[in-house]
Amino acid sequence: MKAKGTVFKYGDNVDTDVIIPARYLNITDMNELSAHCMEDIDKEFRGKVQQGDIMVAGNNFGCGSSREHAPATIKASGISCVIANSFARIFYRNSINIGLAIIECPEAVAAISAGDVVSVDFIKGEIVDETTGQTFKADPFPPFLQDIIDKGGLLKAIK
Amino acid sequence: MGMTMTQKIIAAHGGRESVKAGELIRVDLDFVLGNDVTAPVAINEFQKAGFDSIFSKEKIAFVMDHFTPAKDINSATLVKKSKEFAEKYGIVNFFDVGKVGVEHALLPEQGLVGPGEIIIGADSHTCTYGALGAFSTGVGSTDMAAGMYSGQAWFKVPSAIKFELVGKPNPFVSGKDVILTIIGMIGVEGARYKSMEFMGEGLKYLSMDDRLCMANMAIEAGGKNGIFEVDEVTLKYVEGRVNRPFKYYKADEDAEYDEVYTIDLSKIEPTVAFPHLPENTRPVSEAGDVPIHQVVIGSCTNGRLEDLRAAAIVLKGRKVADGVRCIVIPATQEIYKNALEEGLLSIFLEAGCAISAPTCGPCLGGHMGIMADGERAVATTNRNFVGRMGHTGSEVYLASPAVAAASAVAGKVAEPKDIGMTDMENFRY
Repeated sequence: MKAKGTVFKYGDNVDTDVIIPARYLNITDMNELSAHCMEDIDKEFRGKVQQGDIMVAGNNFGCGSSREHAPATIKASGISCVIANSFARIFYRNSINIGLAIIECPEAVAAISAGDVVSVDFIKGEIVDETTGQTFKADPFPPFLQDIIDKGGLLKAIK
Repeated sequence: MGMTMTQKIIAAHGGRESVKAGELIRVDLDFVLGNDVTAPVAINEFQKAGFDSIFSKEKIAFVMDHFTPAKDINSATLVKKSKEFAEKYGIVNFFDVGKVGVEHALLPEQGLVGPGEIIIGADSHTCTYGALGAFSTGVGSTDMAAGMYSGQAWFKVPSAIKFELVGKPNPFVSGKDVILTIIGMIGVEGARYKSMEFMGEGLKYLSMDDRLCMANMAIEAGGKNGIFEVDEVTLKYVEGRVNRPFKYYKADEDAEYDEVYTIDLSKIEPTVAFPHLPENTRPVSEAGDVPIHQVVIGSCTNGRLEDLRAAAIVLKGRKVADGVRCIVIPATQEIYKNALEEGLLSIFLEAGCAISAPTCGPCLGGHMGIMADGERAVATTNRNFVGRMGHTGSEVYLASPAVAAASAVAGKVAEPKDIGMTDMENFRY
């Protein structure tokens, strides 16, 4: 499992209200909904994002509401992986459950700049900033969580 | 090594003698909750996974509170979808307009959640029920779907921060001021992944409505859950509501905590959180001159009867300032009825407030009080993120009902003493 793409970079405490504002939560079609992803924090995101791109952020990414629409619209926007210093716990859980790749790696967050091309090898736990040539190592998931990821999400894992 | 209250509840529901922080464990659930925004997503996932049964007809609730009374066709469709699923599977606790209340006010009021139980809800403020001594936490819709099907969920056993409450709060100081002060102290990720456990001799001065408000905002410090030691106040509250056996837990003397804070309730002042994070707190006395356009008194944080009483004490015989909209939202039908019978609603109407049917409404920028660019609100809600109550250029200041009501009268961020009230005990509605 690998990902490669251009980096969108954000700061600390990116909350689920700016990831997907509640005023759109009456929309049920994920593609239609994802047209509003990151709208309240980065109006250019939707116009620029390409399939496979990578999101990098600071502390406590995804704090606030439990809305699964947040990781789901990030995924539906084409983002292949979110790298952050840390994730809020419900967002972390939701991402594992729906199959959005997330990695906690403060060293990578500190070094990677917006617009860099970054590749991620999920098996090796390796993040490479191809623009600068730097390599970072992330801790693997506990086997229990890796099993959910490998099976394609929580509901497939418990069946 | 001893266990915290949360760890004991998790161990008991996982069939274990003991658990340690960091362990992953599967537990049996006592209750699963969803609302009109999150239940439809869970239903989709439930159906996509090919599930065709639920673990219990009585232990699941669908509470249609976010965009109701339905604000538009899409919202009405979400309610319809939830209703059809509830009917198909015989879910008893389906609450729509006329029966519905804001979920985290409704479930404790109806006795659907109780001490020592484990509750998951597809809503981040599900942590509210920790006020009753339950382990209760917010999850996403996929976890809700899994919970509805299997009656189980997986958890990482959390470590904890202990808050030892001492002293007696001053008049006009409520649970909201206490929890805002704590969030200001430890920050919006100060309790990330952790339990916030509240105990101590100061507990007896905090009513159940104070505690529900405080546990509600554990998530605003990043907490997995907030939990209060069960005492006489708790047992009196659940009497006649929770009509089933329950078992509650005290933390062991040698339970391990990541941090221990002593909070002197007598030192806490009326507090306000400035935009755009709940941690941006300061005493109202240091707020400066902040003119406002709107006040919202309601929500799962502060829409309960005592909250309305506190607002009514401040608003009685006074008027909402020109240029300010004051919207009062009793959180449930029962609270609405009690407020009516106690005369609170007349006080609000005479002061120039609008009163809404129970709904989450403006708290999350849904409806019933959305703000335009440049507008400011003092709200008794729980979040003041960018765009939370409307335009990204609007601002939300979080405060208690007494502070919100005083601000409505003053037309700017204010506390009761700023409008001439010096001792709450001398004021009656």
